[in-house]
Amino acid sequence: MNPIRTIMSKEWSDVRRNKLVFSVVWGIPLLMAAIPTVMLIIMARVPIKQSDYQELGRMLNNPLFNGMSPAEAMQSVLASNYLVLFLMMPLMVPVTIAAYSIVGEKITRSLEPLLATPITTMQLLLGKGLAAALPGIVTAWISYGIFLIFARIFSVSDRVFSVFINPMWLVAMFVLAPLLTVMAVNVGVIVSSRTNDPRAAEQLGSLIILPLMILFIGPLTGFIMLNSLTFWISSLIVAVLDVGLVYLGVTLFQRETILTRWK
Amino acid sequence: MIRTQGLCKYFQSDHREIKAVDGLDLQVNEGEVFGFLGPNGAGKTTTVRMLACLIGPTTGRAWVNGLEVGGADTQIRGQVGILTESPGLYERLSARRNLEIFAELYGVKDVAGQVEKYLRLLDLWDRRDTEASSFSKGMKQKLAIARALLHEPPVIFMDEPTSALDPESAKTVRDFIETLRGQGRTIFLCTHNLDEAERLCHRIGVFRQRLIAVDTPDALRRQLFGRQTVVHLAQVTDQLAATVRGLSFVKHLDVLPGEHGGGKFVVSLSDPAAQNPAIVQALVSQGAQIQFVNELKHSLEDVYLSLMQNGTAR
Repeated sequence: MNPIRTIMSKEWSDVRRNKLVFSVVWGIPLLMAAIPTVMLIIMARVPIKQSDYQELGRMLNNPLFNGMSPAEAMQSVLASNYLVLFLMMPLMVPVTIAAYSIVGEKITRSLEPLLATPITTMQLLLGKGLAAALPGIVTAWISYGIFLIFARIFSVSDRVFSVFINPMWLVAMFVLAPLLTVMAVNVGVIVSSRTNDPRAAEQLGSLIILPLMILFIGPLTGFIMLNSLTFWISSLIVAVLDVGLVYLGVTLFQRETILTRWK
Repeated sequence: MIRTQGLCKYFQSDHREIKAVDGLDLQVNEGEVFGFLGPNGAGKTTTVRMLACLIGPTTGRAWVNGLEVGGADTQIRGQVGILTESPGLYERLSARRNLEIFAELYGVKDVAGQVEKYLRLLDLWDRRDTEASSFSKGMKQKLAIARALLHEPPVIFMDEPTSALDPESAKTVRDFIETLRGQGRTIFLCTHNLDEAERLCHRIGVFRQRLIAVDTPDALRRQLFGRQTVVHLAQVTDQLAATVRGLSFVKHLDVLPGEHGGGKFVVSLSDPAAQNPAIVQALVSQGAQIQFVNELKHSLEDVYLSLMQNGTAR
């Protein structure tokens, strides 16, 4: 078997048996998919008052919502605002898996026998990285798919549903989300080199979601308008950060450094 | 099989250079069990890590199975088995899964067959589907040994294989290592256990940052203490002592009085096999009553401690 696949299979076997990590891997995405879905359902059933509509204020300036009725705009704006939750999954799930997979190996001292095999550092990093990244991306896409199914059912009109499959959402889910995953995995590796406690690693790694809050708070304050350009720019920034983080992660993940300095 | 030439490893700590291994010249032959003895912090684990291509040497060169360390690291790692100081198992996975992962990483062709072979050899087959976390220390160590042998490596590094094991588990592990001796594999054994080294190793190297001495345990004894014969006598007298001292080949004689006038003569000789009969004959001719004659064997502990206290070079 290819060493990368072996490492991935080992990581997933380990995650399946770690109830805490397993519950985070599946629990967080379910919760994050549920929030916008519930919001969508509530907005479809609650009568919209003019005053509620006006409270949306500057968010309605987004051309995406032009020409919508108050009920359509309300549902589209609020559900879109929770798009950022789908972007948290590719960050939180990989950070959790990476933190446990690397710090866990430090604690059980299983890294040395692993590093003594003919596996190359790149294969090991790829195996561990993919094992941490894929569940994050896949759960984000599955959650988005589940959300789309509910959106199809509960959107007050086709115009509302089309908001959730417009280029802005597609760029966010299929360009920005994978880039965020790469960032999360490398943050997991970097944090792991500085701590011996998986929970501390996970908590430190979780701080990575803070910059993402700009995308959540920005539209509420009118500071940022959610559209394709915003997500393309965000993707570019994250891609640049990824290059630096991959370099730093690979530098820290040297056999000699791990065995002699990772305490 | 294993050769090093001026092998050095220095670490930086608090802007200070720490010499972990300083100019190691060593040759371990094919099929040999080589004991690497030294106190904690002597650099034994660092040496093993360098030879197993886990860390690189600062200077010097080393070859394992004909391949140069630093030039063919991935190949070397595929040809050596390593038993690290701590078993380092995947505790949540079963014994079988632990071995399958490593068999795949080592590129073993018949993964299932090799895993079964070593689980049976080490008496773990009945517990194959049990999580490693529930194993005793001895069972974990046996599983780690199985992991190191799965790919049938010609060279095996073992770092303190019996430390932290209870006597029964240590014996099981030691017995297994003894069976490996007959298989033509080269075993590089780091240990603190001098009895273990004596029993298992063809040669030993005493090491503390530098190699202090290297030879067979018997040769080291001879180098340090010479060869000595102990003659147990029912009655020790000055006349008997003078008779022995008068023999031209006797290098040195110690008289150790015992109870009821009896005692022992400890005689330093160059060739006991040839010289003992003459000593016995001389004593008997003087009316001595000889109870036993045997060779004085210093323990490996005596050798080790003497080298650690006095030895600075080979």
